[in-house]
Amino acid sequence: MNKTKKLELYHEMVLVRRVEERAAQLYQEGKIGGFLHLYIGQEAVGCGALAARQPQDRVLTAYRDHGIALAAGIEAKVVMAELLGKKTGTSKGFGGSMHMADTRLNYWGGHAIVGSHLPFAAGMALADRYRAQDNVTLCFFGDGATNIGYFHEALNLAGVWDLPVVWICENNQYGMGTAVARASAVEEIHMKAEAYNTAHSRVDGMHVMKVYEAVQEAIQHAREKGPYFLEAITYRFEGHSMGDPERYRTKDEVGSWEENDPIGIYRKYLIEEKVADEAALNKQEQRVEDEVQEAVQYAEESPDPTWDDLLESVYVDDYRDES
Amino acid sequence: MREAISQALWEEMELDDRVFIMGEEVGVWGGTYAVTRGFYDHFGERRVRDTPIAESVIVGAANGAAMVGLRPIAELMTINFAFTAMDQIVNQSAKLHSMFGGQFTLPLVIRAVGGGGRQLAATHSQTPDVIFAHFPGLKVVSPGTPHDAKGLLKSAIRSDDPILFVENATLYQVRGEVPDEEFLEPIGVSKVQRSGDAVTLVTYSKMLQFSLKAADELAKEGIEIEIVDLRTLRPLDMGPVVESFKRTNRAVLVEEGWRSYGVMAEIAARLYEQAFDYLDAPIRRVAQREVPLPYNSALEQQALPQIEDIIRAVKEVL
Repeated sequence: MNKTKKLELYHEMVLVRRVEERAAQLYQEGKIGGFLHLYIGQEAVGCGALAARQPQDRVLTAYRDHGIALAAGIEAKVVMAELLGKKTGTSKGFGGSMHMADTRLNYWGGHAIVGSHLPFAAGMALADRYRAQDNVTLCFFGDGATNIGYFHEALNLAGVWDLPVVWICENNQYGMGTAVARASAVEEIHMKAEAYNTAHSRVDGMHVMKVYEAVQEAIQHAREKGPYFLEAITYRFEGHSMGDPERYRTKDEVGSWEENDPIGIYRKYLIEEKVADEAALNKQEQRVEDEVQEAVQYAEESPDPTWDDLLESVYVDDYRDES
Repeated sequence: MREAISQALWEEMELDDRVFIMGEEVGVWGGTYAVTRGFYDHFGERRVRDTPIAESVIVGAANGAAMVGLRPIAELMTINFAFTAMDQIVNQSAKLHSMFGGQFTLPLVIRAVGGGGRQLAATHSQTPDVIFAHFPGLKVVSPGTPHDAKGLLKSAIRSDDPILFVENATLYQVRGEVPDEEFLEPIGVSKVQRSGDAVTLVTYSKMLQFSLKAADELAKEGIEIEIVDLRTLRPLDMGPVVESFKRTNRAVLVEEGWRSYGVMAEIAARLYEQAFDYLDAPIRRVAQREVPLPYNSALEQQALPQIEDIIRAVKEVL
């Protein structure tokens, strides 16, 4: 990875962090409704993985999706507009926090029924093979999703049909508040791929360069040979969603993971590798602050979608609500 | 009707390479109901894909393929198995287009076979069409004649909206006229299948065939009923129903599924809402008795609506 790209990656990780922090504030202020799941602590996984894809490679994830939306290239202001339910948002304000997508960037959402998007990934990869295209589909999901039927049906189908999918499990140690060992008979999650004859490995999800390299290899494998399963070990520093009382873990545990802050680790790496100095990185962080401020302003000034916009979205064909 | 459905699939696959079939035993076996016999040899395994027995991923992968521009036909061996794919159908197929602001479409057809009367016991004999018709975003089509089956299925395959196409297993043997030339039937349009002025009978799918037979019997006694076939349950076209009812002022509503919360409960409610002033007699419903269908043939038939039940209901409202 060249120097420019390494700095872009830093910018992206800091942007994700700041957007999430700002989103938490806006939630407290009552400007964001519904559920809000923050990506803070997991930035290295999404940002590192997406840095390894080509533009034609597809991306899907679960409901903790703002970070990956930004890493996919969606502008902060459009993410923020969706969080505020505005017409200028990724999904015209119909999807909210959990359902962001931009198909022009090959980012296909943002899916909030656990595991439901794993079959989509198989279907998209099937479509690409069907049309003899060589792109791959990156499908992110949490450790919790590996216990639901979808996971097994989708991995099996991808295995049977040799579909070009990279399954990326973001193991953040808890499915909501239930620790992996309390929910999964197999604690070493990537071993589950063994059952579907799918190549697999595990990577430290707090080191963005390690994630980047692992996903590069996984993508190559998927393009040439078929599905690949990568488990990224990570941790969310905040609660599962806003208002999580966090009775299932101790402050000490959270604190010990926070010492491994993916942004801190990467910052240290950039300085040690002489990619940038402190002053340059500080300046970049200031630019992110401005970007987030502008994003919030854009979102707040954007119009709400109308009832007609909603009716138009229900079907492609003309639709009349008769109730 | 089997041949009509088969022809529709074959013709649309010949026309458009994006159309492909996936499901259990659709390929080498030739389809559990022989609808896709010969397809595998002609179109090959790229376009006629045998899947594992895993309905969630059959519909789910079809959703994914549709999102990125293919036009999958996902076959569910029976509609009873759709319950294991319920999330994909009602939470995904029906919602994705709207929930992401319309930025992609789901040109998907889910074919499913329903209906009772074949001694398959409670879990394999259901007519749960109404459940799926509850959800805005999905279209639910269920033809009652070979002509409509072909024309509607061809339209469904060409539609950019997700469509559940419900076939009735006992209708596959039904014979009827199907034009030789290319034709389409519009989705979301009810059709008068027999004209009369005594009573408006509203029905769809297999019960259309029963109702037509009942009408023949009633005609012998000089009672001419009008039969309106819904054909599509969502979006529902009440136009011909209300128009007919305003002339006859009496209605009998017939469906194979259970009476409670059924398709015809909706039709009755809309008639009361839209044409109350035209009502000359209480609306009667003919539907399945409220029991899980048993294996025992006599009891199963006792639970299912019969031609005699339809005739009796018509006479009650006269």
